[in-house]
Amino acid sequence: MDWTWFHKFGSPPHVYRLAGLLTPWFAWPAALLILGALYGGLVLAPPDYQQGDGFRIIYVHAPSAWLAVMIYAVMATAAGVGLIWRMKVAHAVAASCAGVGAWFTVVSLLTGMLWGKPMWGTYWVWDPRLTAQLILLFLYLGFMGLRASIDDVSRADRASAVLALVGVVNLPIIRYSVEWWNSIHQAPSVMKMDRPSMPFDMLAPLLAMLLGFSLYFGAVLLIRLRAEILRRERNASWIREELT
Amino acid sequence: MNEFFSMGGYALFLWPAYAVTLLAIVINVYTARRDLDRARTEARRRLASGATGDASSVATASAVRGQS
Repeated sequence: MDWTWFHKFGSPPHVYRLAGLLTPWFAWPAALLILGALYGGLVLAPPDYQQGDGFRIIYVHAPSAWLAVMIYAVMATAAGVGLIWRMKVAHAVAASCAGVGAWFTVVSLLTGMLWGKPMWGTYWVWDPRLTAQLILLFLYLGFMGLRASIDDVSRADRASAVLALVGVVNLPIIRYSVEWWNSIHQAPSVMKMDRPSMPFDMLAPLLAMLLGFSLYFGAVLLIRLRAEILRRERNASWIREELT
Repeated sequence: MNEFFSMGGYALFLWPAYAVTLLAIVINVYTARRDLDRARTEARRRLASGATGDASSVATASAVRGQS
């Protein structure tokens, strides 16, 4: 088998150029999907029979929570690849993920609190789902703090990669917390084994938001990755060709 | 129109939730692009000053790390 493609992903100049070419292909569809879903979710979707218009918080809460978990999975995968194959670019991907992941974990917690107050009567309970999501935030912050505390980049890469991999146990806990324990948090509406428990005009904006947020993260990751590669490859000769 | 903004009485919770999300979306694009611009500027500056991989890179290395 020809492994050239795999080695190309280990090559910083190749990834730097590819990331630049791909960014608009993520950014523009993301912008269109999010704007369309905003209109669909706030205007076209009918009010919920129990939660009225309050349910519309789902269109920002669920995609943020999804991103928080998805970004961690990407970060841990990249960190694992970096550890196993000693691939610097993979470590650069992991390092580029953490900040965005932490942001959207905070957003998922805040939008969840703003949803919880009118529906449950409280901003916060120490519920399994909520607690696991808070632990996710601490994992992101721990990852970033650990990186910042080690001066040598390759040591920081390895140490933070181990932390990222250990933290993976939290992901299934977040996912299944509402099924394993008696949670106040509602069960998933979309990712169910049978069929989604929502009518189409409620569901479509949610799916568009989920896809839009995922593509948005792709675009942000590509930009951050290019910056990270430039910082790491300060002394490489390809930068001269690239920037002049 | 007023009916839209009142969101069936949930305006006080719904709009802040949307505002926080929008803020995160905008800030993450902004900081990502700013970091890339800075990294490019720094790399160009280093190229112009003719720095290679010697002692001068140690000082910039710590300066650059501070941005991430």
